[in-house]
Amino acid sequence: MSGVRLLVGTRKGAFVLTSDGKRDRWEINGPHFAGWEIYHMKGSPADPSRLYASQTSGWFGQLIQRSQDGGKSWEPVDNKFVYDGVAGTHQWYDGTAHPWEFKRVWHLEPSLTDPDTVLAGVEDAALFRTTDGGKSWQELSGLRGHGSGSRWQPGAGGMCLHSIIVDQSNPERIFIAISAAGAFRTDDAGKSWKPINKGLYSKYIPDPTAEVGHCVHHIAMNPARPGVLFMQKHWDVMRSDNAGDSWEKISGNLPTDFGFVIDVHAHEPETIYVVPIKSDSEHFPLDGKLRVYRSRQGGNEWEELSKGLPERDCYVNVLRDAMAVDSLDKCGVYFGTTGGQIYASADAGDTWKAVARDLPGVLSVEVQTLS
Amino acid sequence: MIRVVLPAHLRTLARVQDDVELEIQGVVTQRTVLDALEARFPMLRGTIRDHLTQQRRPFLRFFACEEDLSHESPDRPLPEAVARGEEPLLIIGAIAGG
Repeated sequence: MSGVRLLVGTRKGAFVLTSDGKRDRWEINGPHFAGWEIYHMKGSPADPSRLYASQTSGWFGQLIQRSQDGGKSWEPVDNKFVYDGVAGTHQWYDGTAHPWEFKRVWHLEPSLTDPDTVLAGVEDAALFRTTDGGKSWQELSGLRGHGSGSRWQPGAGGMCLHSIIVDQSNPERIFIAISAAGAFRTDDAGKSWKPINKGLYSKYIPDPTAEVGHCVHHIAMNPARPGVLFMQKHWDVMRSDNAGDSWEKISGNLPTDFGFVIDVHAHEPETIYVVPIKSDSEHFPLDGKLRVYRSRQGGNEWEELSKGLPERDCYVNVLRDAMAVDSLDKCGVYFGTTGGQIYASADAGDTWKAVARDLPGVLSVEVQTLS
Repeated sequence: MIRVVLPAHLRTLARVQDDVELEIQGVVTQRTVLDALEARFPMLRGTIRDHLTQQRRPFLRFFACEEDLSHESPDRPLPEAVARGEEPLLIIGAIAGG
């Protein structure tokens, strides 16, 4: 019997939601780590019982938790994230040089093949890796050291490395994205990196077509189409057909192309999802109506999906890591809101249902498809 | 035995219900108490003081015998009543947020 497990990180703890393959009835387990911010949780593709969670607090700093039983019990592992060598400086909000300081882990990306190997994207932006199940973390410092780090600048949420995609067909190739530096790619497992921001246009930075400095909110890829990337930038929804070497705008008929999340259908690589948000100064849906938009053409032509979603008086946000898809047939799509709702669609977005309504503000949603 | 009172979140993390009692060899200071605390509860490393600089985290403070010891040298001996185990060292989280 197949099933799904949703891993939900919130501002006040972690929740694990489970359902069978019908995805109609849900059981909510939690809060785990009550009172702590859980920026992200993710399961190992190689061992679905192995989960990792990023647990943070303004008082007590960063912890990493690991579960070996699918989230029933947890144990803290190493939380020492030390930049390699001299950390150096990046740009502060006012353009002055500011020392690199570790603040938190935004995203955990377990290896596709080894449950003990995990990548961690952190603020201030850097990429770390453990190969011993979290007992120790080492920086992949080629990213910060590639030359442009001193020109990176924080976005409103901090200078975070929030997206990590490992190419299933070539594990030496990894894509990451940083707000507000842009997207980067390595083709040698993290030793060297190149910015992949050609085609991005950000009118609010001094050079709108700069090599770095773009506020990329999230990137997504269907594993079956490793050269095709989709991006929700601060403004603009973008697409690359050459592994990020160049990008084109695919916002098309979206009512607004500001937003945070973007994801790709598990079985249809040209079907993508975004949640348009009114603007960078008003982080809520247009007209108080929560809508997902789906394109079945890989962008430009979008359809509104609102059946089952709030039609009025909805002023929540959907943050960058708060959407996920399962790999069942039909593809399930899930997202969480800053108002604590988890919406699920068991039919690729045609209809939606709130499977949790009153959680703390949702920071991240991941899904595991269980056999 | 030295007694240490942890904030609620750190008691949960360390899986203790009450005050922590520690055996300290030599001079009882903030540093020797925290070293002993972290040795017994490794999961607390980095949560009270920074891993590298060993500086107290900004939103935590240290109190004992109705005195704020937060800005004292970590190597200054703690009050005698703490060293004798009559009074606890209190690790307090700032009341912040609203």
